Amino acid sequence: MPAGLNRALLTVAGAAVAVVLAIAICSVAIVVAGGSPFDALAAFFDFGNSARAESNSVATFLNRAVPLFIAGLAVAVGFRMNLFNIGVEGQYRIAAICAAFVGSTFTAPAPIQIGIIILVAAAVGGLYALIPAVMKVTRGVNEVISTIMLNYIAIALSAYLLREPFAGERAEGQLNTTTPPLPESGMFPDLNFVFEWFGMLPPTRNGGLWGFLLVAVALGVVIWVVLERTRFGFTIKASGLNSPAALASGVNPKKMIIAAMVLSGAIAGLIGLPEILGDRGAYTNNFTAGLGFLGIAVALLGRNKPVGIAFAALLFAFLDRAQGALQFADIPASVVTIIQGAIVLLVVVANEVTNRVALRIEERRAAQQLGRNTPVEVAA
Amino acid sequence: MSADTLATARPAVELEGITKRFPGVVANHDIRITVQPGTVHAIVGENGAGKSTLMKILYGMQKPDEGTIKVNGTEVSFRTPSDAIEVGIGMVHQHFMLADNFTVLENIILGAEPKRAGRLDTAAARKRITELAAAHGLRVDPDRLVEDLGVGDRQRVEILKVLYRGARILILDEPTAVLVPQEVDELFQNLRELKAEGLTVIFISHKLDEVLGIADAITVIRRGTTVASVDPGDVTARQLAELMVGSELPTPETRESTVTDTVALRVSQLTVEADGHHALPKGVSVGDYAARLRSEGKRLLLDEVSLQVRKGEILGIAGVEGNGQSELIEAIMGIRAAHGRVELNGRDISGWSTLRRREAGIGYIPEDRHRQGLLLEASLWENRVLGHQTRKPARNGIWVDRRASKADTQRIVEAYDVRTPGVDTLALALSGGNQQKLIVGREMSGEPAFLIAAHPTRGVDVGAQAAIWDHLRDARAAGLAVLLISADLDELIGLSDSIQVIYRGRLVAGLDPREITPEQLGGYMTGAIAGNEEM
Repeated sequence: MPAGLNRALLTVAGAAVAVVLAIAICSVAIVVAGGSPFDALAAFFDFGNSARAESNSVATFLNRAVPLFIAGLAVAVGFRMNLFNIGVEGQYRIAAICAAFVGSTFTAPAPIQIGIIILVAAAVGGLYALIPAVMKVTRGVNEVISTIMLNYIAIALSAYLLREPFAGERAEGQLNTTTPPLPESGMFPDLNFVFEWFGMLPPTRNGGLWGFLLVAVALGVVIWVVLERTRFGFTIKASGLNSPAALASGVNPKKMIIAAMVLSGAIAGLIGLPEILGDRGAYTNNFTAGLGFLGIAVALLGRNKPVGIAFAALLFAFLDRAQGALQFADIPASVVTIIQGAIVLLVVVANEVTNRVALRIEERRAAQQLGRNTPVEVAA
Repeated sequence: MSADTLATARPAVELEGITKRFPGVVANHDIRITVQPGTVHAIVGENGAGKSTLMKILYGMQKPDEGTIKVNGTEVSFRTPSDAIEVGIGMVHQHFMLADNFTVLENIILGAEPKRAGRLDTAAARKRITELAAAHGLRVDPDRLVEDLGVGDRQRVEILKVLYRGARILILDEPTAVLVPQEVDELFQNLRELKAEGLTVIFISHKLDEVLGIADAITVIRRGTTVASVDPGDVTARQLAELMVGSELPTPETRESTVTDTVALRVSQLTVEADGHHALPKGVSVGDYAARLRSEGKRLLLDEVSLQVRKGEILGIAGVEGNGQSELIEAIMGIRAAHGRVELNGRDISGWSTLRRREAGIGYIPEDRHRQGLLLEASLWENRVLGHQTRKPARNGIWVDRRASKADTQRIVEAYDVRTPGVDTLALALSGGNQQKLIVGREMSGEPAFLIAAHPTRGVDVGAQAAIWDHLRDARAAGLAVLLISADLDELIGLSDSIQVIYRGRLVAGLDPREITPEQLGGYMTGAIAGNEEM
């Protein structure tokens, strides 16, 4: 389909321009801060000076990309329908602590143990997202407001759960509060063997390359199929493109809001699992925060398409990984945040521009083709 | 200026060969208008004829692709409305653009505030506004809040706002649409005073009696182009209507009757409240409830509408826009909550969802295809799926059957002569006529039992119009029941087997299209002729 290819190429070109511009903007920021942009660039590609450090850096990079990808998917499902689920942050935190606690209460063979943990996480995330969905459908509460508020509740609630009902025993000399540890069967097998295929040493830091990567890839494929090939995906697309037309075509907007929001929340519920099942084996007060908000940026950057989100997650993870290396190079690590922010802003602009250009091209192409194909319009 | 004496004789506005193309819609084509200074010049045309686009061009909101605009004899090129304001053109929009929580004075000066030493000079503004108001007979109280004003007052504020900015040429876009008759009279009085002061008024409307009452010159626009410039003294409303609709258009005449005795759709006492749907009180019938609302002085958008459409029959609904047509359609489609009963082939479907009604065989050609009929940024085959997502060929279990959908879209493209490079083309790349043919083809798919056709040929070119009429006629001959809503009276009279007139939410007359003229029909539509209450 050349028309589709055209659009895809334009999108990629737009994103590339945005990234280059963002780097340029940040170079200026770095110079102003008294650093050298070239040192910074070197730091981004400095994966360490020993074989082990290199492996660890690659694993850190990929491990960071996985939750970002899932977060991007969660946000994108809502965005597709013009639903702004800002509540991914709260949904994944509450889901993570519940799943970690439930997983620690029993021991079963690994597939069952892990399966149940995943189901609990998805269910809790979905249920938490159901609240703003029901509020919107029954009372017309704007989901942006309600999900932001629910984020505060979720963050405070998970802090409370961690201290009181879900608290595990604190090890001698440990300052961290955590949920009870998962049994061995609850830990997802790592993918460190992949490194050996490339003749690298297996990574050792933070549990190596998390196996949840495979779940994320599978999830991405499933979401793509659901959005692009099923009737459910079609109704989501129709509702997002033109809700009055969807309504007139028999799509029930209330049902769709609930379904999309719950699906978004259920995916969000999985965001925390790579870390819990791959490394910590528990929900601790060191648990990575902010992934839900980053997911919004990742989804924007990836244009709400699973493949795009995968690239966006990899890019963000690549930038995030360099934070340590940048500090060694005497450049403030917040440069990364500036780059990420600049990229998102520029990509939003670039998306708008390429979208318009693509539509214009499509119109022109249609007009040209018709001009050639049809002789003279029959006068009535 | 070579001679000031000549300046007065120069046209205030002169449009030459204005052409504007949009993808997918009828645009302006070779528009020619000459407006003499110190006159009220009316521009009339049907909805969708291109009046609004033309005014946007004249007010600098859009740039014409071709053609020239001359103001007071000088050629101008507007990039933004402020360029238009600079040469003295002001526009009063149909929908007022006023800040409710500001006073009249604040609204008038908003964006053009007089300053003195960097501070707002309210005194100067007040003086100027009072002068303007007195000079033009536009009485307003500058210190009242706009939210406390009635519609007529708000309109005067809008006019003052434009005058305050130094406009000598005023564009009024459908100014009477929101006014009651007394306010219309008052507005016309104001316009006459403006004219007496030497200002020029361009008056856009499709209400012919009003136009004949106020205008010094009339230009008729049809299908995006100017078809006639006439003197109001030389034409009747009937002739104007003919010019607007175009009598040389192919006639949508339906020959022999194919009406059967089987009722496909029966609507009884359909009632829609203006201020939101309320559940019927227990034990109260729809009729009693509607009577009660009427006695309480509440407005009903649909007031106990009852009608039936038989197989092979086209029932036309005539009415001035905004008299309940949209509500009737939406209530039948299940998009809008309503009291009363809707039956399809003898089954009560009042409680059904839109989806279920569609599945039961109701087709729907919506009045605004961009709003309700299409996903503009999706491909043609996806648009074919729209509304049929739960039926063959689009459905295959939980999946969308892409191959079958594309094949069936190809069938529609061929059978309905949709001019497109392919079924993967985005809907927005097609012209309005081709988009409409696709919709007609889609809604005729899957053997519908009943079709709602709302303005099926609005904004499409003549060729597509004739084709769509043919398809409707063929479907009718094959036993389809059609509810036709149209503003094109010739279309209505030519296609319908019977006509019902809707006025203020009520069906006021049942007419035989073989015996009625557009003129008579117009009389019923405006309430000038009382209905015969046949039903």
